[in-house]
Amino acid sequence: MTTATASGNEFRRILRTIHIPPVFYFLILVFLAGGLLDRAFADGQIFSNPAIMLNIIVRSVALGIVAVGQSLVITGASIDLSVAYTISITAVMSSYLMQGKTENVPMAILVVFSIGAFIGLVNGLTVTKLHVNPFIATLGTSLIIKGIINATFSNYTGSVPESFEYFGYGTLGPIPVSILILFLIVLAGWFLLARTKFGFHLYGVGGNSEVARLSGVRTDRVLIGAHILCSMTAILAGLFLVSQMRSGAPWVGPNGVYDLNSIATAVIGGTALAGGKGGVFGTLGGVLIFGVLETVFNQLGVNPYLKTVLQGAIIILAVASYTIRSKKDAA
Amino acid sequence: MTEQTLMSESNPIENLAPLTEVCNITKRFPGVIALNDVSVQFYPGEVHAVVGENGAGKSTLMKIMSGAYIPDSGEIFFDGKKVSFTHPKEAQEAGISIIYQEFNLLPERSVAQNIFLGRESSRFGVIDIGEMNKQAQEVLKEIGVEKMISPTALASTLSVAEQQLVEIAKAISFKAKVLIMDEPTAALTYTEVKLLADLIQRLKSRGMAIIFISHRLIEVFDIAEKITVLKDGQLVQTVQKEDVTPADVVFLMVGRTLDHYFPPLGKPEEFGEVVLRVKDASNQSLNGISFELRKGEVLGVAGLQGSGRTELAQALFGVAPFKSGSMELHGKAIAIKSPFKAIKNKMGFVTEDRKSEGIAPRQPIRDNMLMTVRAIQSLFGIVHKDGIGKSRNLVPMLGKQVDIRTDSFDREAQYLSGGNQQKVVLAKWLASDANIFIFDEPTRGIDVESKASIHDMIRDLTKKGIAVLMISSELPEIVGMSDRILVMWDMQVAGELPAKSSEPEIMLMATGHTIKDREKNTPASGKA
Repeated sequence: MTTATASGNEFRRILRTIHIPPVFYFLILVFLAGGLLDRAFADGQIFSNPAIMLNIIVRSVALGIVAVGQSLVITGASIDLSVAYTISITAVMSSYLMQGKTENVPMAILVVFSIGAFIGLVNGLTVTKLHVNPFIATLGTSLIIKGIINATFSNYTGSVPESFEYFGYGTLGPIPVSILILFLIVLAGWFLLARTKFGFHLYGVGGNSEVARLSGVRTDRVLIGAHILCSMTAILAGLFLVSQMRSGAPWVGPNGVYDLNSIATAVIGGTALAGGKGGVFGTLGGVLIFGVLETVFNQLGVNPYLKTVLQGAIIILAVASYTIRSKKDAA
Repeated sequence: MTEQTLMSESNPIENLAPLTEVCNITKRFPGVIALNDVSVQFYPGEVHAVVGENGAGKSTLMKIMSGAYIPDSGEIFFDGKKVSFTHPKEAQEAGISIIYQEFNLLPERSVAQNIFLGRESSRFGVIDIGEMNKQAQEVLKEIGVEKMISPTALASTLSVAEQQLVEIAKAISFKAKVLIMDEPTAALTYTEVKLLADLIQRLKSRGMAIIFISHRLIEVFDIAEKITVLKDGQLVQTVQKEDVTPADVVFLMVGRTLDHYFPPLGKPEEFGEVVLRVKDASNQSLNGISFELRKGEVLGVAGLQGSGRTELAQALFGVAPFKSGSMELHGKAIAIKSPFKAIKNKMGFVTEDRKSEGIAPRQPIRDNMLMTVRAIQSLFGIVHKDGIGKSRNLVPMLGKQVDIRTDSFDREAQYLSGGNQQKVVLAKWLASDANIFIFDEPTRGIDVESKASIHDMIRDLTKKGIAVLMISSELPEIVGMSDRILVMWDMQVAGELPAKSSEPEIMLMATGHTIKDREKNTPASGKA
């Protein structure tokens, strides 16, 4: 009897520790509303066709991967506006280097990840050592990359070998490889934030940099590390996109609005823009909301600009609901 | 039982060797000597209080001991060895922990995460959270609060007292031998203070040296064995608690001669009718405030840090309005819910913190001066370079009135000296035609000459029939300027004193030594 109650308590304790980010309630709401609209005005595939569910996630892979990186820097009270052009430079550089040959793939991957590490390092150093506001610092990097790309590539450049398209189109059993990679990245992001020293220190730096410093955290290193990881996720997203497009185009990053959308989804997911609070599961929720909206609007054949309007409204609604709730808590 | 044996054993030893010692410490800041040749010894198993008025040098001394400041001259000894800390981390590692007045926890992180921040034990960077919570539990148990505070609770969900206890737990986990607490009780309620006092006794019995800074003499006498008094950066005396009374300590703290000229006080026959009457008013911080303010008088508001002085000014001016009770302005009931309404009703507020609330540092002097008049003029009213509407030449007029020393009114306000900045703030309110002025620390941090001219200006205001409420932490200023003195303590009005009351009288009332509070405290201290 005692063991039964003990395990019952244990169960309740576990339930309390695995608290579900509130964004998932939004996600369910958006999904149900979208599905009902689809059933009323279109063919109702959203509820009936499981392939559409998978498609929603596949659409979200690129944004999801970058948003995990973005969540890291935002948790550290920084921001990265250069991810969109980092994605672009990855797409054009990798496809240019691969030239459709499988034997070039490892070299190309190595090169683009080195570029990513360099961009992240520059961002991190500018923010921590030169004390440039992260918004401006990464906007600057973004413009520099944009200039370099525009001066070098103007259209589709090179191509990826068929073998590399596995990343974008392959499946493992019934599940697309890209989805597995997204979930791996999200899991890795969660582990980093919730179970490692780096993550704990990052929360410290974002929560109150001075407190962290006085507690012995090497605040600069932590933030530089977060910036490098963020750029790496942008590189990975770029590789995914180029494997889908088969050839790199310089507009792929800015066209997907990956910079602002990754920030928006992180914030919808509950990561505080001021830093020190948040997590990548919430971000995943935010990303999936964007994916659901996209699919619903495609299904209904509605004007795509209306989708943007709705995305904007959801960002405001979600974030306002957090602040209202936290005010009630405080009172 | 063990505690007692420990204490009786350690008593004779501790008198021989101090655990830590500062010798002839001097620290200068631009324009002031914060500490001048100060030497104090701190012994293990002893609670040592450091007291003094604001600006006496207490916090500077503690920051030097904890490595946050580096002294200009003098030596620090720890465990008999000479040490010199260049970073708080070094002091922590040596065994000196400090708990600052302002809280240093990450609100969105758990208790355990806060305690071990920067020192998490990990294997290849991976943290065992269960193990970490267990260690935190042990630290909390060490200070006897494991039943109150869970290691997994978010810091933001804890009460102020609990947060304070977590900070102590954090300090303990550094294996501290010397624990410095800067005003640990400032934000605590009476029962929470008792809890803290018990904890301090337990830490003391383990041979730690506790250094305790407090403004509240009641607690100092409850908790400490030794009391060191600082005044104007100098050591006055270190005394044993048994040898002195609170009144003696107050005298040591403020015993000085008035070295500053104040304009003559107002004559009682010049005071007019009551312009502001507050009755039993409260808000989230203040409790049952009642007082009257008359035309033509300076009502001084004295009180220690955290006694509710600034909160009173903010409530009157609508920044954090009163939620209950009544307020009358010129005989008519009124509720001032916003600064806009206060300004409309001809109230002026010269704030304590010039930098963040008083001036717009990057705006020219002229725009700073015109800020209030522009705020209350009609939306489409005409704006001139030096004034508004029909008064086109306000700025030079005001400049003359408050005697600002500047070559041009186009200069950004940030380039003025503190005294001249304060005059700009004053000019801003003069322009608004206010007839009730609230001054919060009108002369803090400004030079003696500007001080005198601001005092003269305040007195001139009253001669024009303006009512002045002047909040100050500087007792000479309160005594020198006030026609009546309101003393605040513990977010309440502790009492009212007539003009020319002595500094010790005010200080006693401001440290809670009123008849009412004696009664309140006797049963509890009897138990202890």
